[in-house]
Amino acid sequence: MLRTLGILALICAAAFGLHLVLDSIDAYWARIANLCGISILLAVSLNVINGLCGQFSLGHAGFMAIGAYVSAFFTTTLRYFDDAAGQYVTVLPLLDQSWGFVPALLLGGFAAAAAGLVIGIPTLRLRGDYLAIATLGFGEIVTIMITNFSKVGGANGLSGIPAYSNGFWIFTFAGICVLFTLHLQRSTFGRALIAIRENELAAEVMGIRTARIKIAAFVYGAFFAGIAGGLLGHFLQTISPATFGFMKSIEVIVMLVLGGLGSLTGAIIGAVTLTVLPELLRDVETSTGMPGIRMVVYSLVLILLMLFRPQGIFGQRELSLRLLRSLLPGRRKEGAPSAPAAFTAQQSVEAKTFFARAPQTLPPQNEGKK
Amino acid sequence: MTALLETRDLAMRFGGLTAVEKFCCSIEKGELFGLIGPNGAGKTTVFNMLTGVYKPSEGEIVLDGTPTTGLAPADISARGVSRTFQNIRLFDELSVLENVMAGAHQHAKINLLDALLRTGRYRREEESQREQAMRLLDFVGLGDRAGLPARALAYGHRRKLEIARALATQPRLLCLDEPGAGMNHAEKLELSALIRRIRDELGITILLIEHDMKLVMGLCERIQVLDHGQTICCGAPAEVQCNDAVIEAYLGAGESGRKKTADH
Ligand SMILES: Nc1ncnc2c1ncn2[C@@H]1O[C@H](COP(=O)(O)OP(=O)(O)OP(=O)(O)O)[C@@H](O)[C@H]1O
Ligand SMILES: [Mg+2]
Repeated sequence: MLRTLGILALICAAAFGLHLVLDSIDAYWARIANLCGISILLAVSLNVINGLCGQFSLGHAGFMAIGAYVSAFFTTTLRYFDDAAGQYVTVLPLLDQSWGFVPALLLGGFAAAAAGLVIGIPTLRLRGDYLAIATLGFGEIVTIMITNFSKVGGANGLSGIPAYSNGFWIFTFAGICVLFTLHLQRSTFGRALIAIRENELAAEVMGIRTARIKIAAFVYGAFFAGIAGGLLGHFLQTISPATFGFMKSIEVIVMLVLGGLGSLTGAIIGAVTLTVLPELLRDVETSTGMPGIRMVVYSLVLILLMLFRPQGIFGQRELSLRLLRSLLPGRRKEGAPSAPAAFTAQQSVEAKTFFARAPQTLPPQNEGKK
Repeated sequence: MTALLETRDLAMRFGGLTAVEKFCCSIEKGELFGLIGPNGAGKTTVFNMLTGVYKPSEGEIVLDGTPTTGLAPADISARGVSRTFQNIRLFDELSVLENVMAGAHQHAKINLLDALLRTGRYRREEESQREQAMRLLDFVGLGDRAGLPARALAYGHRRKLEIARALATQPRLLCLDEPGAGMNHAEKLELSALIRRIRDELGITILLIEHDMKLVMGLCERIQVLDHGQTICCGAPAEVQCNDAVIEAYLGAGESGRKKTADH
């Protein structure tokens, strides 16, 4: 406990140091570094749901959106046209000034976590592809609801969000998320998560409350995704439903797959790589005049992965986690020693010979007794 | 003696197929009870009903006086019934030690916050879970393999690890589904001794499914025989060995048709 608090203090100190460094370097690179911090939050939190617990979620951007909009709602002056009153109405921010940023962020996180709880429960009955589709639907519902919610700008988005995010806050939260996730992963709860991923039936029979653990994974992942969303909103200063579309969820998944699904360090490496790379490619985008090259890169990453792992990510079968996992180095099942195929039949033969040999005590024609 | 497990007229139907019917048994505390029968007799189905994997279509399961029929697997596990699986179901990517620790998850007296903040309580709990798991691994003879990933274990060792993991749930009744399958003679002897030690030293009641007749007959005090989902015999090994119906079930199966059907 004390040690954890010490590490947390160190994280804050390191984040502050980093903040000072980022302040002094080129704004372009500082921006990329900050976005890396947010990506780390996203990838590490999604890794708990997808990588550790094995629940394929495509709804991470939805949780982000909730966190972003809820936190921005509390820190932003909102001006919208009230139909009933027939005039513009102004709502002053509830959590004014920068001191209000952290409470607003946390509120965003909790709102996202609550959504995680709500989405977690009905998805318990769903596995694999069905779960992926349901969570995808959730993400879409969130963006559609925001689009139709004029108080937060609807489809036009919400602008004028104060620039409260900075290197300090971003890396403090990223550090906390990494530390907590590391602790989670190595604890009895982490083993339970992995047990569910590896063999859900066995986990349940061994007394692991799989439903509860799965929901907890969703809530935990959603919380940090919400925080990441809030940080991003106060970093970009303008958000719109499009910021949190389906592609954002895919982006985070590609980070995980690239780095190594189920591996914390992998998630971090994947997050950094796939944040830096497209930003660098912005130059290419402008010089070649080909907007959208980032998407090409994501596709390329996927294609290359598939080329090097002929099983393919979405494989002969479907979008299944085991497939994704088997793509990653060191994660391929090394032909687990299996029973000889015909061994049950063999055993039966053994039983027969046993009974054939044993009955010296039997009357010679036992069928005849009937 | 009191019955630890009693079942009354358990039945399991899959659509039109009746896998088990009128399954009654009574297992005493501390007993070593065998469940045998030809392939497809319904033995594993009985285990699945006892451990909550299947909800019985009919009948009742009573564990130490309280009914457990239709409870979720985790609830049944909490009441002290554990098992191994015929087709091994280990947590392959966890280490051997972690597999056993995962079996003890339900007994961990910490909450998520303890784990995230690594409180003193968390450390103590983790340490005791680790020690206990190590003891169990030594008990089944896998102590020297604790750090390996479970997937790297040889077949016989995987079966033993399943037993250790099941023991970690602190069961009163341990159901072993063909623990000797795929083992060689020496391994089976070892297994036989291990099962006896689980009963004698840990005082755990054992329900054993096994195709190796020597192993079952040598180990179990009572044996119930299933054939086509029906109980055809129950008694001491010596009685079972000489029972006509049993011999017929085993010798008749797969040969020139069943005498029983020919008679009627
Ligand atoms: N989930 C299921 N759905 C449909 N049929 C099933 C199911 N589980 C078992 N059965 C059927 O029930 C019957 C009994 O199967 P069970 O696995 O219990 O046999 P067993 O005695 O364990 O055989 P073995 O010695 O081969 O392990 C078989 O005919 C099997 O096909
Ligand atoms: Mg079976």
